[in-house]
Amino acid sequence: MRAIEDHLKGLMLRGLDGDEVAHRQLLIELAAILRGYFGRTARNARADVEDLVQETLIAVHTRRESYDTTQPFTPWLFAMARYKRIDHFRRSRLRTAGPLSDLDRRYGIDDSPAVEAAFDIEHLMADLPAREREAIRHVKLEGLSVAEASMRSGLSEAYVKVSVHRGLRKLMAKVRKGETPRAD
Amino acid sequence: MRTEDLIDQLSARVPRLSRQAGPRRLLAGVGGGTLAALVILLVVYGLRPDLATAGGTVPFWMKWAFTVSLAVAAFAIVRRLARPEGRIGAAWIALATPLVIVAALGVLELGASPPEAWMTLWIGRTAARCSSAIVLLSAPTLVGLLWSLQRLAPTRPVSAGAAAGVLAGAAGAAVYALTCPEQTAVFMATWYTGGIALTGVLGGLLGGRLLRW
Repeated sequence: MRAIEDHLKGLMLRGLDGDEVAHRQLLIELAAILRGYFGRTARNARADVEDLVQETLIAVHTRRESYDTTQPFTPWLFAMARYKRIDHFRRSRLRTAGPLSDLDRRYGIDDSPAVEAAFDIEHLMADLPAREREAIRHVKLEGLSVAEASMRSGLSEAYVKVSVHRGLRKLMAKVRKGETPRAD
Repeated sequence: MRTEDLIDQLSARVPRLSRQAGPRRLLAGVGGGTLAALVILLVVYGLRPDLATAGGTVPFWMKWAFTVSLAVAAFAIVRRLARPEGRIGAAWIALATPLVIVAALGVLELGASPPEAWMTLWIGRTAARCSSAIVLLSAPTLVGLLWSLQRLAPTRPVSAGAAAGVLAGAAGAAVYALTCPEQTAVFMATWYTGGIALTGVLGGLLGGRLLRW
């Protein structure tokens, strides 16, 4: 995973020095990485994924100044991608909370059960240690591979696997005890 | 638009960018705002008439030590929150230290004076205008910083705005010290801190609206 980080950071730094070829190469490679990142979030339709990829690429390009070259590159990238995804999720939730659009009415689309399920899982996981919670969120909810989760959290792949395993075992125990998600 | 076309468009013009571009942009926001605050100070309040003699005294330098150290700490926090992955981390300690020191000095001051004198120490002659003047003198710096942050990538708009507000407030208070005739730590601990905190709240409110991208 260090190899990817070093490779992308190298391209980014050359782009900052005004190297158009490197910058272009960076955006092409990021598009593929981001497509995978957004695509695995099940809620997102194909068109949404491409929108998110483009919005994030534009942010990478126009907000280059916010990159501190003494820091690693991938956390910077994924923090922006994550921000774009949350923003997108918030907007689409507002859409479903508001009056139904014509399209929604015609097709009877209502994704609130999926949204509520996501909140239930968040509540259930609230008591887990942060690392286990993050690992489950990355690998089981967002569908990242163990390698990607390791890259994003900075923990080793073995540690991510162990955290997912331990966290799930605790969740299972909680569910078996009949504990229901906290109702707020 | 197809993503391939977007990439073509974006990589058509890739200007060289200094490694310090981000911090420089924030400094420009603070510097420009503080200059504007100095102009406002001269027009609205004027320098304190005894500045030449007061400039050598302990209370004067205490005010600057307080406000400038707050500004430096707040700048470090704004710099962190301007990055998408940035977290405040341990930087809040640097912000809290001057506040704690000045509050402690204020308590010592009260302890060393008779209770009849406490109100005078606390209110001074200018308490009524102090905090609002600091907010006024901070406004241009807050505007400047929000302008800078809009071009960076804060992913916590409210926190980033609040940190910008505290930085603007501390810079505004440093400017206000040029006209402020007060002598006591307990005055500063209340009214300076109050003005800076108000600007922080204002920054948080504005940040939540203006710093989304």
